[in-house]
Formats: sequence, structure tokens, C-alpha cells
Amino acid sequence: MISLEGIVKYFHKGSVNEVFALDNIDLQIDEGDFVTVIGSNGAGKSTLLNCIAGVFFPDSGKIIINQQDVTGWPEYKRAKLISRVFQDPLLGTCPSATIEQNMALASLRGKRRGLGRGVKGRDRDKFREELRHLGLGLDARLLDKVGLLSGGQRQALTMLMATMLKPDVLLLDEHIAALDPKTANQILQLTQEIIDQGKLTTLMITHNMNHAIRFGNRLIMLHQGSILLDLRGEEKANLTVRDLLAEFYKTQGEELALDSLLLG
Amino acid sequence: MTWYAALGAVEQGLVYGIMVIGVYLTFRILDFPDLTVDGSLPLGASISAVAITHGINPYLSLVIALAGGFLAGMVTAVLNTKFKILHLLASILTMIALYSINIRIMSGPNVALLGQKTVFDAVIRLGVPSHLAGLVIFALFALVVLTFIIWFLGSEIGQAILAVGDNPQMIRSLGVNTHTIIILGVGLSNGLVALSGALVAQNQGAADVGMGIGTIVAGLASVIIGETLFGCTTIARAFIAALLGSVVYRLAIALALGLEFGGFRFNPSDLNLITAVLVISALIAPNLKKRLIAR
Ligand SMILES: Nc1ncnc2c1ncn2[C@@H]1O[C@H](COP(=O)(O)OP(=O)(O)O)[C@@H](O)[C@H]1O
Ligand SMILES: [Mg+2]
Repeated sequence: MISLEGIVKYFHKGSVNEVFALDNIDLQIDEGDFVTVIGSNGAGKSTLLNCIAGVFFPDSGKIIINQQDVTGWPEYKRAKLISRVFQDPLLGTCPSATIEQNMALASLRGKRRGLGRGVKGRDRDKFREELRHLGLGLDARLLDKVGLLSGGQRQALTMLMATMLKPDVLLLDEHIAALDPKTANQILQLTQEIIDQGKLTTLMITHNMNHAIRFGNRLIMLHQGSILLDLRGEEKANLTVRDLLAEFYKTQGEELALDSLLLG
Repeated sequence: MTWYAALGAVEQGLVYGIMVIGVYLTFRILDFPDLTVDGSLPLGASISAVAITHGINPYLSLVIALAGGFLAGMVTAVLNTKFKILHLLASILTMIALYSINIRIMSGPNVALLGQKTVFDAVIRLGVPSHLAGLVIFALFALVVLTFIIWFLGSEIGQAILAVGDNPQMIRSLGVNTHTIIILGVGLSNGLVALSGALVAQNQGAADVGMGIGTIVAGLASVIIGETLFGCTTIARAFIAALLGSVVYRLAIALALGLEFGGFRFNPSDLNLITAVLVISALIAPNLKKRLIAR
């Protein structure tokens, strides 16, 4: 499904600020895999997802999604294959557009946009139905501007918008990190339901080790731009936070980023 | 203000209102402050005037003017998106270049249209008194442009244009090439500005290379007046407000020019100063209000 071959990414290459963000990443992800991604701050998690999404191009290496070499595709072109939800709830929706207008924008992800009406009458019932599943009462507010919604409501809407058209790959970058714990759990629950239902191939970055263990069928840990750990199946199912920490020290031999790893 | 002066002001408000709709599109919708308009207004005027003096149908000359303006806007947008030149600077460069281009088009600083056919002939032939012909034609064009822009922004592409101004990162991740949208939007905006210029030229019987000076400031003043007086809660309302704002602006200018304090009167050449002061006060008013309330 996704194949990353020798991905190398520098920022500010050749300057004093040079950052070696991704160090020769090789990663194969199968269709339907739900991969959780952990690692300390600055490990390169977001950079990895951004490379897959085409926000910037790797310095070398190859990205293949669904048998297509997308390495040179710009971000907007990859949207045909990829959906994303960002950490900041403000980034996933248009505040001055209504809920239905936002959903209509998302329902055309990766498709040609023409002179047909932006919001079509026949879409409205479908939107309302999908919003009803969220159980947040948004189905009665199709004409409200999204700027009026709370962060949690916006993030729930973003999850819905990201998956209305089934993406080949779903990328979640700490998408619940900015929410209060209760809302975060609701959104996580919703995420799980949507991914299960659509059998979506997913990469989910989290800074919460419990979540990383509890969700998904595969876990990878990044450190300084390399994949330090890659566990799946039984191995992952039986994992505990303690194991994860032990594993981390064994490979690393130093007490790194303990704080950020212990969070949660 | 005489009845005649008021009529003239409404006429001006409607024809320049087409320009204001274009300015609203870049300034407010796309969040792209665009000074190209000071060049694309006279560009439309020169194209239309030269076309008419070469025997081209006056209506067809409007289409050519619109296309010319569209192209000018595209140049600015390409400089900004593809070559990463700051939007303000990119638009100033196009505007300056257009000054020379307009003189080339007219083979001089102006072209007179005395005795030539214009778009007003048709309505005069229909029996509209000639002093009302401008009003009728301008109202018609302004309404058509207003309806078109509201319809267009409600389309799939139009909604993407709104999203580019609102949250470019989001709309890119939904598969929209934001560069293409900005090029289209700034192009369309300047197309409308050129159309406005072409109609002005046909009305005043001449195109002049200097007629674009202050276009952006007049446009902004109209936008701000419109928003303040008529609101901008929906797209339709915002564009109607922009058009009405243009009419109110021209009426206010006519009023100011008619004022007399002792021996002092405003000259038409004071117009840009008055407008600039108006825009500055509108821009700093919210700030001042906040400070006063904070006290
Ligand atoms: N756009 C950018 N420009 C410069 N440096 C960046 C950029 N994005 C990330 N980096 C750097 O790359 C490294 C990896 O960052 P990131 O992938 O965001 O880490 P995280 O694992 O916390 O998501 C960090 O050192 C960060 O400072
Ligand atoms: Mg990150």
C-alpha cells in the first residue's frame, strides 16, 4: 500500500541551522494497517507524515502509494490518495464557511471542481445523516459557520470530512493533542470507529504511549529520524508501557526524552 | 447638491461599483491586496477606446477589455505564486508596466471617442433620454456582474476560491491547486476592473493614461463604507454592500466637492486626499474604539 524507500530529509541543508530530520527511512505499510507512531519531540514524526503528504519533497528516496510513484507529486495532487487531520483544530476547516459548505468542499477531495453548485440539495441529507452519527447535535446546524464551533466539534467535523471519501491513506498528526481529555477521548473513539468501519490504512502520531499501544495493529518508534522500533501483531498486542520504555533504553542506552515518553 | 450632480454620482457609483466588486474579490475574499487595478482600469479604457476607433463594435470592445484586464491580473498572480514576489510588490510592478503598455496601446497618453459609437447608442435608440442612458447601462452592467459573481462564488470552483482566502492549507490538502485559484481570482478581479474602465471611457468620451490613479484607494473606501453601512454576513450581502458602498462613496465625494466654507472649496484634484483620509480613519477607527473602551 505505502512504500517508503530510503527517505532522507534535511532542513536548511548546508547552512549552520542544518537539521537532519529523516535518516534513510525504509517502511512498508500494508493495506488496512493502522500504524501508531511515537517518538520524542523532534524525532521526525511530523516530517515523515509531511513527506508522505507532499508538503515538502524528500532530498532522496522514493514514495510509492497504491503502486504509484508519487515522489514528485505536489501536495494538492496527492490529495486524491491521502486525507489528513492536523493537531490544530483550526487547520482542518474553513471558519467563515458553513458546516455544509465545508463538507461539500471535502466531498470533492481530489476531484475536478466545476461550475456545479458548491452545495447540492441531494448532498444535504447525506451530510445531515453523517453528522447525526457524531452525536454532537451538528446535524441541526448545517448552516452555522464553522468558526462558531468548539475545538472538539471542529476536530470531529474534520475527522468526518477526512473520511467522507474513503482515502487510500489516512494521516493523523497528534490530532487529539490540543483537546481537553474528555473531548480527546471522544474523538479518539470516533477515530477508531471510522478506521474500523472503512478498514482505512492509517498512520497516527501520538505522544501518548498508552494510546499507541491500545490502538492499531502496528507501532513504530522514531528517534532522530530513524525507525527505532517496529512491532506488530502479537508482539504489539502484548506490549506494555514498561516494555516500551525498556525497549527504548536497550536500543538507545541513554536516558532520552523520558518526560515526553512518559506523558499519559 | 443639485439633482443633476446626484444623478451623476449614482451613475459613477454604479460603473465604478464593477471595479469595487473586483477589489472586494482580491482584497477581502482572496486576502490578496492588489494594486494592479490602478493600471488595469486605464488598460480597459484604452483597449476599448482604441478598439472602437478601429471600428470594432463597442460591446465587443468591452469583452476585449475584460480579457486584457484578466491577463494583467494573471501576470501579477503568477509573479506572486510562481516567483514568490510579495503580492503588493508584484502588483506594483504590473501596474507600472501597464502605464507604458497603455500609452503604447493608445499611441499616446489619451484617445478621444468624440462622435464614435458607444454602448449607450443602443438604449438611446430604444427611446431612453440621453442623460439617463449612462444610468440605465451602468445599472444593467453592475447588476449582471453582481449576479454573476454571487453565482460564481456559489459554484464548486467559487467555494474553492473562498477557501483559499480562508484556509489555504486545508484546501490544498483537499486537492486544490491554490496557485491556480489565485491566478484565476486575481485575473477575474482585474477583468472586472478593466470592464469598469472601459465603460467609464465610453461614458466620458475618452480614455486617459492617468485615469487609474487612486483606483485602489477609491475601491477600498467603497468596500469599507459598504461593509460598515450594509454588513457582510453572507457572500451575497457582502458584494451587494460593496456595490452600494461605491454609490455612497461617490455621493459623499459629490457632496464634499459642493461644500463651501467661507472662501474655501475642494477641487476635484483634492479627491485622492479626501479618500485617503477616509480610508485611514476607517482603518484606525476600530483600533481607537478598542483603546477608548479599554480605558
Ligand atoms: N519546516 C521546517 N523547517 C525547518 N526545520 C524543521 C521543519 N519541520 C521540522 N523541522 C525540524 O525537523 C526536526 C523534526 O521535526 P518534526 O518532524 O516536527 O518532529 P516531531 O517528531 O516532534 O513531529 C526537528 O528538529 C524540527 O525542528
Ligand atoms: Mg510533530
